[in-house]
Amino acid sequence: MSAARALLGRSAAAHAILIAYTLIALFPVFVIVVNSFKTRRAIFAEPLALPTPETFSLVGYQTVTRQGDFLLYFQNSLIVTVASLFFVLLFGAMAAFALSEYRFRGNRLMGLYLALGIMIPIRLGTVAILQLMVASGLVNTLTALVLVYTAQGLPLAIVILSEFMRTVSDDLKNAGRIDGLSEYTIFFRLVLPLVRPAMATVAVFTMIPIWNDLWFPLILAPAEATKTVTLGAQVFIGQFVTDWNAVLSALSLAILPVLVLYLIFSRQLIRGITAGAVK
Amino acid sequence: MTDRKPFPWHVAVFLAPAVAVYTAIMIIPLFATLNLALFTSIDRQPVFAGLENFRTLFGDPRWSEAFWNALGNNAWFFVVHMLVQNPIGVALAALLSSPGLRLAAFYRTAIFVPTILSFVIVGFAWKLILSPIWGVAPSMLDAVGLRSLFAPWLGQEETALTTLALISVWQFVGIPMMLIYAALLSIPDEVLEAAEMDGITGWSRFWKIQLPLILPAIGIISILTFVGNFNAFDLIYASQGALAGPNYATDILGTFLYRTFFGFQLQLGDPHMGAAIATAMFFIILAGVCVYLFAIQTRLRRYQF
Repeated sequence: MSAARALLGRSAAAHAILIAYTLIALFPVFVIVVNSFKTRRAIFAEPLALPTPETFSLVGYQTVTRQGDFLLYFQNSLIVTVASLFFVLLFGAMAAFALSEYRFRGNRLMGLYLALGIMIPIRLGTVAILQLMVASGLVNTLTALVLVYTAQGLPLAIVILSEFMRTVSDDLKNAGRIDGLSEYTIFFRLVLPLVRPAMATVAVFTMIPIWNDLWFPLILAPAEATKTVTLGAQVFIGQFVTDWNAVLSALSLAILPVLVLYLIFSRQLIRGITAGAVK
Repeated sequence: MTDRKPFPWHVAVFLAPAVAVYTAIMIIPLFATLNLALFTSIDRQPVFAGLENFRTLFGDPRWSEAFWNALGNNAWFFVVHMLVQNPIGVALAALLSSPGLRLAAFYRTAIFVPTILSFVIVGFAWKLILSPIWGVAPSMLDAVGLRSLFAPWLGQEETALTTLALISVWQFVGIPMMLIYAALLSIPDEVLEAAEMDGITGWSRFWKIQLPLILPAIGIISILTFVGNFNAFDLIYASQGALAGPNYATDILGTFLYRTFFGFQLQLGDPHMGAAIATAMFFIILAGVCVYLFAIQTRLRRYQF
């Protein structure tokens, strides 16, 4: 009887702590999004209140659409993220397959070489990367960003994917070989479909830092035509510091797409983290 | 000799694209940057200078003061993460993994939300919330009767860095939480049941059974935090600008590198000094990774079930 009550008490305490922390985690996002829909007066008078019919206003969003070219920024971010993701997944899976499937001299060394990038951040090479991009005329192009993000995403992708590819049954691949399938067909037709869940996990992990990066867009592609959303929001907010409606709306516009994508993929992401750690 | 295997072309084809992009964009520029640090430019021509740039960086008071300030701030930034982020992450994970907890998936998803937001959003959102002009923070403190505690935390030299570190903790606490949660889930039920048979439950179960088993995961989180912190830039740049105000109180190695490389206000950018700072950061991170690999990881006991 008392043991059951103690258990109940403990679970209530656990919920209380978790709810408190959830509020801390979500509160800033809530304040920003809610206030972006209010009039300037209401933003300052009642920052924590929900918008009512009297205080509802879209003036901030109007300023954002009139002044900033956010549609273009979104398009740039989308192109860069999708293209980088495609190359990271394709090249990463190919290399992971080579490392996990074939025994060749230097296999372990190659694995270590490719994993180096997980520990040493690519940013430290920025000075030379910029020189390289200037020399090849790629400054202020989205190609430069795609190249950098592909290189940045590969190490982790290769490590995670080769871990998963080791679990694909050898019998299946050997059956394919006996049927006369080439190594390329075995990879694309047999192995890739089987590691699709791992690919989704890698995709989410690769996507978030690319979409959110400020450093490389700022350095390699700061031109108006190639700005990403993150850089665009940063510059826009810098210019409109005093226009609170516009700032809050720009922030909300930057939050919402990521939030929606996250809610769609969150199960995949969490399953991926949990699976990766369980050996 | 005829039974020698043909050259495995397919292996080369599978490896080539990844190795090519990775080597060309990551490894070569990294070493080119280290090399660049050994040169200086005279009349726009690179001239070999040996370790002269490092002598300037550590010897010239104008440079060394800024460097040690940035390094010290960076170290404090890391200490705050280790002392606040990781314990909170472990605690949340321990709560989440308690058996039969309802809504665990909801809490997990919600607490991870800040981690997916960009630094620009996080920096500005907190800047607005802590702003004395808007008054969200002061009026909330007022509601619990602690109004007197409010100060413009981001604007004061003494508190700005710690405030930013705590904002970063708020953003990234989801990562240790998730990794520790995964590690806790991977502990087999038999181990916990055996402990229960011996009367070890609740707190002592966490301290005596679960914590020793998740130490390797805590080690990985520590090194990830270290690399991430000594490479940080975006949050400081987004909320305090490249000058890392007030009066360089929030300057860390990333912002120092950015200012040196690109110049700011009247000072011109200097790629060679920038490369020297990047080299210093490279060795700091390398040292941290080596300490982890050789001193910590080898001593952690791993249990196989």
